[in-house]
Amino acid sequence: MIEEEEIDLLLNDLYELYGYDFNNYSRASLKRRIQRICTIDKFPSFAELRYRVKSDAGYLKRFVEELTVNVTEMFRDPTFYQYLRTEVLPTLAVKPFIRIWHAGCSTGEEVYSMAILLQEANLLHKALLYATDLNPTVLEKARRGIFPMSHMKLYSENYIESGGKHDFSSYYIANYGQVKFSEGLGEKMIFSTHNLVSDRSFNEFDLILCRNVLIYFDKDLQEKVLKLFDESLGTLGYLALGSKETLKFSSVNPHYKQLTREKIWRKIN
Amino acid sequence: MAKNKLMDASEVVVIGGSAGSIDALMKLFPLLKTPISYTLIIVLHRKNSVDSSLADLFAMKTQIPVAEIEDKDSIQRGAIYVAPADYHLLIENETMFALDASEKVNYSRPSLDVTFESVAEVYGSKAIGILLSGANADGTQGLIAIKKAGGLTIVQDPSTAQTPFMPHHAIQHASIDLILTMNEMAMFLNRLPQP
Ligand SMILES: C[S@@+](CC[C@H](N)C(=O)[O-])C[C@H]1O[C@@H](n2cnc3c(N)ncnc32)[C@H](O)[C@@H]1O
Repeated sequence: MIEEEEIDLLLNDLYELYGYDFNNYSRASLKRRIQRICTIDKFPSFAELRYRVKSDAGYLKRFVEELTVNVTEMFRDPTFYQYLRTEVLPTLAVKPFIRIWHAGCSTGEEVYSMAILLQEANLLHKALLYATDLNPTVLEKARRGIFPMSHMKLYSENYIESGGKHDFSSYYIANYGQVKFSEGLGEKMIFSTHNLVSDRSFNEFDLILCRNVLIYFDKDLQEKVLKLFDESLGTLGYLALGSKETLKFSSVNPHYKQLTREKIWRKIN
Repeated sequence: MAKNKLMDASEVVVIGGSAGSIDALMKLFPLLKTPISYTLIIVLHRKNSVDSSLADLFAMKTQIPVAEIEDKDSIQRGAIYVAPADYHLLIENETMFALDASEKVNYSRPSLDVTFESVAEVYGSKAIGILLSGANADGTQGLIAIKKAGGLTIVQDPSTAQTPFMPHHAIQHASIDLILTMNEMAMFLNRLPQP
């Protein structure tokens, strides 16, 4: 069992030595992650984990990767994507240019799903998808656009449930248990590291997706990040969160209108 | 004697279940005296598609307010909270929930063990953990954690459970304070201190 004070020590090391600031992450989740790392990397004690993190910069990469949760899937919550398809994209279609930001994109499944929606709406040619994450390793995976074949059954079901009319397998080529999504989908994606805790707004967007990232933050950090999104969103732009995340605690809430049961808000002034 | 003392201090009751547990709860809710003094948290294995209708379904069976949990919702006594599909439910502190979309545990998300362990850590001896009908081993480790932290452990009488595996597994591997039918469970909860 790891004590609260030990977590404080570890977070302090991470910040002092490497500049990663996890102090405003949700403690209950962090604690579970740290316990999990101790188990899978077989640290006999918390002290040994701390020593390794402090002394081995190579291990740090793995530690941060495991500390954050990277679980994702394509067309996660199909009704959410259906709403993007039928209600959001048509309003963006009139624009000469569409800028989308996936904040906390993990290994890119969400970004490829969006590219497929845009392609099917014949909008991909004038869109740019900025995909950012704290974690360089997941971004590298995202950039390659290669995913396990074993997930395709679920993704294909999700795709159809989201209103997809094509043969899902026409979007990728299968090889040795993996699939590679077609180059055309990746052409409009820009991958870059961006830390929501410490980095600033870098553009103005028509749609920002930040799904299942804010649940790992405490309310103060959520508020700070939502303000960052607010600054980065044009008038009448859309903000999309994970299916159990909410704007209701935030000071930006009055400027946004939730249009549906889905977690999509539109900036109204 | 010791048990009565425990009951007096109970702040939170967490009920976990899998196959066959919705019916059991539909039987339990109408028997509960309202209002309740404790927080009642429900964590069930279920298909994503059933979604929030579960909270609506339960709300038809009781006067106690029922809500499906969203991230960082506050925890209030006197209410029933239902864990959402596809997230682990954690207790951030005595007044706040947190959700976590990490890997499945025991092939499940939400996992009963994850929530029970979190409840044990935050509420210690002020927690009561209850395990209902179900077909897998999830929940047993969580009850062990609640017991270890000084809380009370209860399972549905396997002979009355639609799917007895889960409560039976807990009886075999954890120390269980009470084995109750749903009627007895209602009577037990109704004896907890009133607000
Ligand atoms: C659970 S994944 C969400 C993936 C995808 N958006 C989805 O909903 O399926 C959370 C991601 O947030 C990233 N993340 C965590 N903290 C972050 C931060 N401070 N800045 C940017 N990304 C962060 C993690 O590295 C991880 O890839």
